Amino acid sequence: MKPHNIGLLVLAGILAALPLALPNSFYYDIVIRMAINAVVALGLNLLIGFAGQISLGHAGFFGIGAYATAILTTHFGWHPLQALLAGAIAAAALAALLARPIFRLRGHYLAMATLGLGILIAMVLKNEAAYTGGPDGMAVAPMSLFGLQIDGEKQWYWFFSANLLLSIWACRNLIDSPFGRAIRALHGCEVAAQVAGVDVARYKAIIFVFSAFFASVMGSLSAHYVGFVTPNVADFFYSIELVTMVVVGGMASIFGPVVGAALLTALPQALATLEGWETVAFGLILIFFMVFLPSGLVPTIATRFGRRG
Amino acid sequence: MFVQFLLSGLTVGATYALSALGFTLIYSACNVINFAQGEFIMLGGMLTVFFVHSGLPLAIAAILAVIAPVAVGILVERLAIEPARGAGTVNLIIITIGASLVIRGVVQIWLGKGAHVLAPFSGSEPIAIAGATLLPQSLWVLGVAAIMVAALWLFFRHTVVGKAILATSYNALAAQLVGISTRWVLRISFGISAAMGAVAGILLTPITLTSYDVGIMLGLKGFVAAVVGGLGSGLGAVAGGLFVGLVEALAAGYISSAYKDAVPFVLILIFLFFFPRGLFGAKVTDRV
Repeated sequence: MKPHNIGLLVLAGILAALPLALPNSFYYDIVIRMAINAVVALGLNLLIGFAGQISLGHAGFFGIGAYATAILTTHFGWHPLQALLAGAIAAAALAALLARPIFRLRGHYLAMATLGLGILIAMVLKNEAAYTGGPDGMAVAPMSLFGLQIDGEKQWYWFFSANLLLSIWACRNLIDSPFGRAIRALHGCEVAAQVAGVDVARYKAIIFVFSAFFASVMGSLSAHYVGFVTPNVADFFYSIELVTMVVVGGMASIFGPVVGAALLTALPQALATLEGWETVAFGLILIFFMVFLPSGLVPTIATRFGRRG
Repeated sequence: MFVQFLLSGLTVGATYALSALGFTLIYSACNVINFAQGEFIMLGGMLTVFFVHSGLPLAIAAILAVIAPVAVGILVERLAIEPARGAGTVNLIIITIGASLVIRGVVQIWLGKGAHVLAPFSGSEPIAIAGATLLPQSLWVLGVAAIMVAALWLFFRHTVVGKAILATSYNALAAQLVGISTRWVLRISFGISAAMGAVAGILLTPITLTSYDVGIMLGLKGFVAAVVGGLGSGLGAVAGGLFVGLVEALAAGYISSAYKDAVPFVLILIFLFFFPRGLFGAKVTDRV
């Protein structure tokens, strides 16, 4: 059996056994948030880790999904699935529209453009209070699929666990497809990829659109799960957290973002006991990871055990 | 009204220009975008308030509020940037964000979450100019900013250290070969950059209040100004800062004050899409 399939099985085993170890709904909530972040980070890793393009505005796409769900189901009475799809299409369309001009840029310029985009989305959400409830946010109705309402932490836990496993499997297949090889090629060397017949601009655009779509869908789902949205979901800080999950876990590794998401979601909870020092501790840990484990946890461990992650 | 917007835009723009110079300096010296730059602005303002409240005269408080951030800047370089030599863009961005979290967190614990005021340096009797009013503090901002820019220019033109920094920014390896300690160049760059930010923060505080979290937005705006001016160009940073301040004030006056903070980010998208080299950026071609 291929190593990544073993990884998937191990993760499925952990997710199946975890409910035995989770004492109450507080812990369920943390694991669910880990799973949500893990899926967004997986999508972002396609862009950052595999295609080598940075985005500091991905929370913006997450926010589009969350608010599309909130606004369309509350103000316009849409079905949750319709709203989810509408949000994802809007996020993908925005990404597609901006992809060409954005991806002519590189490195810091690209970081800056995506950062600006994310901040603008967050500002619109904060200022258009008539629809979004402004900085206070708004409530979101629970989600029902085919007449069944998903309710309570346990049901959501199974829902997001399945969602995570499916996403990992999909990403794995995408990376191993000709498309995946093309984006990895353009990461290695754009000119060489172009010479080998890869339409660099088009592939960058597709992967950007794809990861925006991913983020938006997860935004919608998490809005239903939390039952409330605030402009913080599209915040610059969340964009940074997402990038950090990818980098701490390990770029260009399938399980890297999952490990990174688990770690960075749990960390603030663990640090909450530090009474005020949590921001300082979080900052120090970020620096520590970047200095001592620059290629991320999963690739570092994988190299140590003589296998590729 | 137009003159009024012009004056307030230039005032705020001058502080963006100082911050943008800080970004540009570090970017030229070591190709790092320092996301902690905004925290130096915050430190300048917060520390001045703190020292003034502990009974020191304003001038001494302001000097201390520049020295302390300079020390912090050098420490950041020594403890976080230097050990990560050769790391990728994303890693360096996260390191500077980590540093900014540490600085912000410490100030939040030490000086609290509240907003603080600082009295204007020489009264608040407005001066009438061409039908608009100008606060004396604006003159302080514009005057000190102009002096800082001139001093920086002289520093790079006429001192050995300044020339060493320029040489390193052109070609670090060649600079090393002629005996320049590039490590010290980096530390000095961070120090100067922190000083520029701190001065901007001190000047701005009597106009806008300060608190532990003002650094994020001010830093990002300084960054926008640096990119608008063309990253790596000193003249561009100053022009970019004034330009961003002006457009922001005009948009707040004529379009919508709710979206005032959005202006720099719309500007950056427009600039990156249509003038990716900025106002004064060098023309760069890719090498294969």
